[in-house]
Amino acid sequence: MSILVYIDHFAGAGKPASWETLGKARELADTLGDSVIGLVIGHQVRPLAAEAITYGADRVLVADDPALATFQAHAYAAALKAAIAEAGPRIILAPATTGARDVAALAAGELGIGLAADCQDLALDGDHNLLAVRPVFSGNIIATEVFAQQPQMATVRGRSFPLPESDPARTGEIKDLVVDLAAVAGWEEVLGFETTQTGEVSVETANIIVSGGRGVKGPEGFEPLRELAQVLGAAVGASRAAVDAGWIPYPAQVGQTGKTVRPDLYVACGISGAIQHLAGMTNSKVIVAINKDKDAPIFNVAQYGIVGDLFEIVPALTRAFRARLGQ
Amino acid sequence: MKFVVCVKLTPDTEELNEVRPEDVGADDLGVTMVLNPWDEFAVEEALQLQERFEGETVAVTVGGEDATDALKRAVAMGIEETVLLSDPAFEGSDAWGTAHILAEAIKGLGEYGLILTGKQSVDGNSGLVAPGLAVKLGVPFVSQVARVVDLTDSSVTVVRALDEGRQTVRVKLPAVISVSKEINEPRYPNFMGIRKASRMKYPVMAAADLPGLDTGQIGVDAALVKWTDLHKPPARGGTCEFITGETTAALVAALVDKLVADKVV
Repeated sequence: MSILVYIDHFAGAGKPASWETLGKARELADTLGDSVIGLVIGHQVRPLAAEAITYGADRVLVADDPALATFQAHAYAAALKAAIAEAGPRIILAPATTGARDVAALAAGELGIGLAADCQDLALDGDHNLLAVRPVFSGNIIATEVFAQQPQMATVRGRSFPLPESDPARTGEIKDLVVDLAAVAGWEEVLGFETTQTGEVSVETANIIVSGGRGVKGPEGFEPLRELAQVLGAAVGASRAAVDAGWIPYPAQVGQTGKTVRPDLYVACGISGAIQHLAGMTNSKVIVAINKDKDAPIFNVAQYGIVGDLFEIVPALTRAFRARLGQ
Repeated sequence: MKFVVCVKLTPDTEELNEVRPEDVGADDLGVTMVLNPWDEFAVEEALQLQERFEGETVAVTVGGEDATDALKRAVAMGIEETVLLSDPAFEGSDAWGTAHILAEAIKGLGEYGLILTGKQSVDGNSGLVAPGLAVKLGVPFVSQVARVVDLTDSSVTVVRALDEGRQTVRVKLPAVISVSKEINEPRYPNFMGIRKASRMKYPVMAAADLPGLDTGQIGVDAALVKWTDLHKPPARGGTCEFITGETTAALVAALVDKLVADKVV
């Protein structure tokens, strides 16, 4: 038997969440005595197949076609369906990136496969069935999703599992996968793509997040936070209040109606700690809160707290880290 | 063109943290129930599309009698027609089952053009009903729509927010789109709307009213996934250690020491 893993990528690079998922698949497969089969869809993506082998795949199916050069949910779902038919896996995993979530859902829906979306942990029961742990009620309840039949499919949130070590000595087989796109011809036409990558780190993949709320007082109030983030290689996040006020774009929003994050370090600056915000960040390893109000609820979840003016504390913190990290 | 919005009654986000795991699945969660906040964006977009391109608006939901409240809110915002899909046989359906019920009801609405949903529900969080619905109807699906650029009789052009950027994509109609929070600012119902919603009749359809329904695909017995072991996330242990210092420099130095010792920087 096998575990099939969808490898999501962008601009020629595998996304970290893809390799994390592949690493977990390797662990599950070793328990089951299964093989791990990777799937790479795109154009001129063979190097990614070789990379997938270094991360633990035994075999990689490559759907390489000029027609697949840009992401299209339906064409990619057709490729995933073809891979499922070819591999006959008992478990299918994909990272819970925006594109991969759609591809997984379309393929699973068409094939009548049970799918657990946006999981944060995976395990096996005594009968070798997948147990998919996922937050529900917007992070306020954790549920384990169980499956009625095989195959069993799950999408996995970034940073749920460690990045596996790449072993260049590993060997495996790379096989072309032929995909018939006739069924979705004319369904979807990509007219353009505009990157929103500004060189800034995304809150979903960041090890450290420096986040601002109402206390930053305006768009320019995020500047000191950006400087601290730059020194730490961190992402800049925000509370809903700051986003709704138009001080920072929506992709930065952390919380119930934004992103759920779990960095190693979360620095909350001028964030009071409304329930909606806490639901999105309490899984962070260490939380630091900087707030003028010593009774702010954010201090209830913080490991370290500083009561004071963020416009004084944050720049001082930037200087201190810059000195400590030798920049 | 007919704009169909699929909505759901969910807990108010302010009270999500008060839902007890043992109550999940019960008829009454003991919290205020509202139109799923993500669905408000879909309702608003349907209304704006109607203003831009002309057409009719319909809101559809699956649920008990109380789910009428979600439809009421949609009508108060401006939606013209509603369908409540309610039957004991529907209970316990997973996303694919719910999608099948919605698909069969939508097929009965006559010619439909664009189907809109919220990004996901604030309770189930899977975001699977929308793609499932597209699959059941055999039509294209686009998620995370941040803008509807253009609409013709045969296609819709949208901007979709992917993780690395914005993709402009044209799909053929009919189609299902799920909208993101960036797409619009949902309106508050005005007095006229609220009055209209309170006087409106809300037709109910049951399994027997859906000729194409396959009962083997719906309900708890057909569900391919089930929730077990529901529990609250573990509380964060310990109390906050307040860092103090004679000067700001001393204070931040103390914090930096601790974070370096914790190996998080």
